[in-house]
Amino acid sequence: MKLKGQAHKYGANVDTDVIIPARYLNLTEPAALAAHCLEDLDAQFVKRVKRGDLIVAGANFGCGSSREHAPIALKAAGVGGVIAASFARIFYRNAINIGLPILECPEAVAGSEAGDNLEVDLTTGVIRNLTRETQFKAKAYPPFLLDIIAAGGLVEYTRNKLASKGVT
Amino acid sequence: MGMTMAEKILAAHAGRKTLDPGDIVSVRVDLALANDITAPLAIQEFRRLGVARVFDPAKVVLVPDHFVPAKDILSAENAKLMREFAREQGVHYFEVGRMGIEHVVVPEQGLVAPGDVVVGADSHTCTYGALGAFATGMGSTDIAVAMATGEIWMKVPPTIQLVYNGTLPPWVGGKDLILATIGDLGVDGANYAALEFTGDAIDALELDGRFTMANMAIEAGAKAGLFEADWQALEFLRERTSRQFDIPVADRDAHYAAIKEYDASKLEPQVSFPHSPGNAKPISQVGDVPIDQVVIGSCTNGRMEDLRAAHEVLRGRQVHPRVRCLVIPGSQEVYLRALKEGLLASFVEAGAAVSTPTCGPCLGGHMGVLAAGERCVSTTNRNFVGRMGSPRAEVYLASPAVAAASAVLGRIGSPAEVVGLPEAARGEQK
Repeated sequence: MKLKGQAHKYGANVDTDVIIPARYLNLTEPAALAAHCLEDLDAQFVKRVKRGDLIVAGANFGCGSSREHAPIALKAAGVGGVIAASFARIFYRNAINIGLPILECPEAVAGSEAGDNLEVDLTTGVIRNLTRETQFKAKAYPPFLLDIIAAGGLVEYTRNKLASKGVT
Repeated sequence: MGMTMAEKILAAHAGRKTLDPGDIVSVRVDLALANDITAPLAIQEFRRLGVARVFDPAKVVLVPDHFVPAKDILSAENAKLMREFAREQGVHYFEVGRMGIEHVVVPEQGLVAPGDVVVGADSHTCTYGALGAFATGMGSTDIAVAMATGEIWMKVPPTIQLVYNGTLPPWVGGKDLILATIGDLGVDGANYAALEFTGDAIDALELDGRFTMANMAIEAGAKAGLFEADWQALEFLRERTSRQFDIPVADRDAHYAAIKEYDASKLEPQVSFPHSPGNAKPISQVGDVPIDQVVIGSCTNGRMEDLRAAHEVLRGRQVHPRVRCLVIPGSQEVYLRALKEGLLASFVEAGAAVSTPTCGPCLGGHMGVLAAGERCVSTTNRNFVGRMGSPRAEVYLASPAVAAASAVLGRIGSPAEVVGLPEAARGEQK
């Protein structure tokens, strides 16, 4: 599976409070959350982002609150995936669980600027910067996580597991 | 080779004799937790799993605390959805008037014991490490799976041991230790790791201070923060649970990814400047920072020792005319004890507002949201942009004693400046 879009670049420690401020956590509909995605960090983001675009960010992306509303808001805003130097632990799980592609690749972050056209091959982890004609390789997922991703998320993975045990 | 506390607990819950950092294991869950913000999504995903009942109603707890008493209609709808699910499934549930902030009320109710694995759809679930449990925050979907199956996958974290030596100076406690530690490690310095807190300063620290420290392990990126359960933990648990448990202790030859030693006797009260918990400064280097609001409470500092420390500073004094001071006991139990001890009367006499337990202002929900340009000294855990309201407001994190002193002074200041030595220290000098 391939992603193709423009880069929106941010620094280190983008926390889940700026990805979706808590004042909107009384909302649960993805589209309603998406309308406020990243507004305290970049008020123009929601107007600028086009479907399939990629967030490119520094270390510890998604730190702070465990709110799953954060990856949901990014995905519903049209973000195709997030490339970061590293991810905070809970955000990493949440993104995998809800099916938002994430790639850990500090080199791609250092080598890309806002507005660059990027292409990502999720199967191989190869990130191509089409604007700069450069190529990077993201850190591979552990095999166990590939199973969850292949199933389409943790709920689907667990349903399959329960079905094979004859629980449901 | 020996194992750390985290490794021992995870091994016992994964049915393994040994395991190593990096291993991915499926672990049994002793308690799964969610709140009024994260439960609605968890319930939605639980329904999608196609499972009729939670794995064990005695091992699931739902606590409305973030936006209750309901701040608006949408929050009321979310709280209602959670309440109805709790009734349907017969799980633990604590209603407004009988509740508390989840990480205060869950240990009070005896729902956590040493050696437990607790997973919660709230990043501050790591608080229960103060009792020697492996407790960690996750998202709603993970908690849905834990509620349905009683199991969850985990990557075994490496452990970083933090050793605090020496005697804590007056007015220096758990909050100061953890803010200084996050300042040292950085906000991702312990990403994916477990922290093990130890040393003679920890042995001498009261249990409420350990809850504060374990609570903020996540602010250094940690998966969990653990303390060995000692006589204080056992005393706390004695009246609260009749469960049998073994106390997990790290092996002498356990392997640590890193060991860091701190001299606690040199520490000053700490203040973390906007907009990161990692921006910790000693109080002597704060300078003149006028403030508009003070918040004393939260899952970090809403317990009895916290209110007693604030009381020692505020008692018989007045909140500065330009400052709003909000005191929010962490649970009904804390509220009632503070009421009977006379603390709440002193707060009201000092000109502070005392509220029913809620997370409220900590995450900019309600009960003390900030306007643009306002500054708040808060005993909470995060000071990110927009955390307490306007993205143009500023939050300074500190201990209850520093927060109370700042409320009196109208600027960030030290309790020593307001009171001199604490009562306990004065007693020692007689």
